[in-house]
Amino acid sequence: MRNPYRTQNIAFFFLFLATLLIVVPVGLIVVIIIQKGLPAINWQFLSDIPRQGMRAGGIFPAIVGTIYLVTGAIIFALPIGLLAAIYLSEYSKDNLLNRLIKLAIINLAGVPSVVYGLFGLALFVVFFKFGASILSGSLTLGIMILPVIITTSREALESVPYSFREVSLSLGASKWQTIRHIVLPNAIPGILTGTILGLGRAAGETAPILFTVAAFYLPQLPHSVFDQAMALPYHLYVISTQVPNVDEKIRYGTAFVLLALVLIMNLVAIIIRYKFRKKKKW
Amino acid sequence: MRKLKEFIVEKLIFICGLASIFFVVLIFLFLLKEGLAVFKTVSPFNFLFGKSWYPISEPPQLGILPLILGSLLITLGAAIISIPIGVGCAIYIAEIAPLKIKETLKAGIELLAAIPSVVLGFIGMITLVPLVKSVFHLPTGLTALSGSIMLAFMAMPTIVSIAEDALYSVPKTYKEGALALGATQWQTIWRVMLPAASSGILAAIMLGIGRVIGETMAVMMITGNAAVIPHSILAPVRTLTATIAAEMGEAVVGSEHYFALFAIGIVLFAISFAINVTADLFLHKRE
Repeated sequence: MRNPYRTQNIAFFFLFLATLLIVVPVGLIVVIIIQKGLPAINWQFLSDIPRQGMRAGGIFPAIVGTIYLVTGAIIFALPIGLLAAIYLSEYSKDNLLNRLIKLAIINLAGVPSVVYGLFGLALFVVFFKFGASILSGSLTLGIMILPVIITTSREALESVPYSFREVSLSLGASKWQTIRHIVLPNAIPGILTGTILGLGRAAGETAPILFTVAAFYLPQLPHSVFDQAMALPYHLYVISTQVPNVDEKIRYGTAFVLLALVLIMNLVAIIIRYKFRKKKKW
Repeated sequence: MRKLKEFIVEKLIFICGLASIFFVVLIFLFLLKEGLAVFKTVSPFNFLFGKSWYPISEPPQLGILPLILGSLLITLGAAIISIPIGVGCAIYIAEIAPLKIKETLKAGIELLAAIPSVVLGFIGMITLVPLVKSVFHLPTGLTALSGSIMLAFMAMPTIVSIAEDALYSVPKTYKEGALALGATQWQTIWRVMLPAASSGILAAIMLGIGRVIGETMAVMMITGNAAVIPHSILAPVRTLTATIAAEMGEAVVGSEHYFALFAIGIVLFAISFAINVTADLFLHKRE
């Protein structure tokens, strides 16, 4: 008869191997980018415009463009997403409409990013005639991160104990007063986490901005929301595939800045979540 | 006055609650609006099963079979790599890892999920592509295989986190019962936990695959972008997503090429819709 413990050891070995096969490459990717990208970072690289056909100079316009786009996306998505989350957690009943909304959120989260790009092109750029602009790009990114914001905010709202609401209502507060003064303040850390995760996602995506805003090379800062802009992820794509003979240092430096931006946002979100969990009063 | 304010606020909340339905419908309608026009020049059958994609020749040939096969080949490769590794890692995290290591591993997986795809594509170009080229003695390392390996890494965070959730939500009593009957830890996992979590794990795999089919940037950067029917996993291919991303910049608004790219968008939307709805059914099966 086979020894069950031997089988177990073999099985556990393979499960451990599978875990290593994920964790080690992730570590390597981060280490390689830090190791080769960090030496490229200096004040000039961060604050100068790209020069000599993007083979020299810095990435300042791309950083600014990404900040504009992410800000625009959040201005659009946060109010809608938060109110939608309030509806789902406080108002909706367990019925067909509720089921449909949840299904729509899942689908919105699953739509391929390049399809968001097509949609943004058709609706904002062509139909509304915004042209390829920061406005079109921000709105497209905003719709894309809506599911992230709704889902995390809803979880945050639902984790506020029901008794909090009951006490407030029994003291004569109306439903909206209860939500505004009792539920929302207690859910803020969770909502913040969701917002930051959405920001990180918007900052890193390339496909939705390809045809809605991204400029190949634009050595000046945008003046209004109707201007095109450079953006970090698209700039990395351009200098690594479209422009020949770009110094490796510039490519790694750009990848480093983008990765650092996104990972710092995620780290902040994780820290907020961790601190909040420790401080929870219930 | 206060009543009026509450009335307005509540209506506003209700409207925003419907926003996600509104946007899904809006996306679909605008894809249809721009994409259906292509069927004036090419029949749906010839569009889906036509063997040549030469959108700017005269007259244009708009058959997306090579692109569909390209997407399928890469997805299949990524699935073969990511499913065993992803599910294995999920089991390790959920059942075997000590608590401290568990938290670190979960943070590592979240980290992987957060890396932008263009950064993964860049890393793939610089490390994986030369490696594939030298190992298989190929003229170029920009192949379907490189794409599959890189995409496997994008599917894994989804597979691991959802499969781990599924294992975690199996009632504790199942496990305790099996262990009390003298089963080893592995026998418990293999015979009790995995069957009990099977629908959740299946949903995890489907959502992971959905992520792979929709992935654009990394795939465009490392698969070589040759729009021909692939004959080998070691040849360059082009996917549905990469075609849209690479060609939309040059397509003239209102041209057949433009309509055809939107029609590809409809195909992608339909695929992701089908995958997400089915996965959702699996996830809610237990309830």
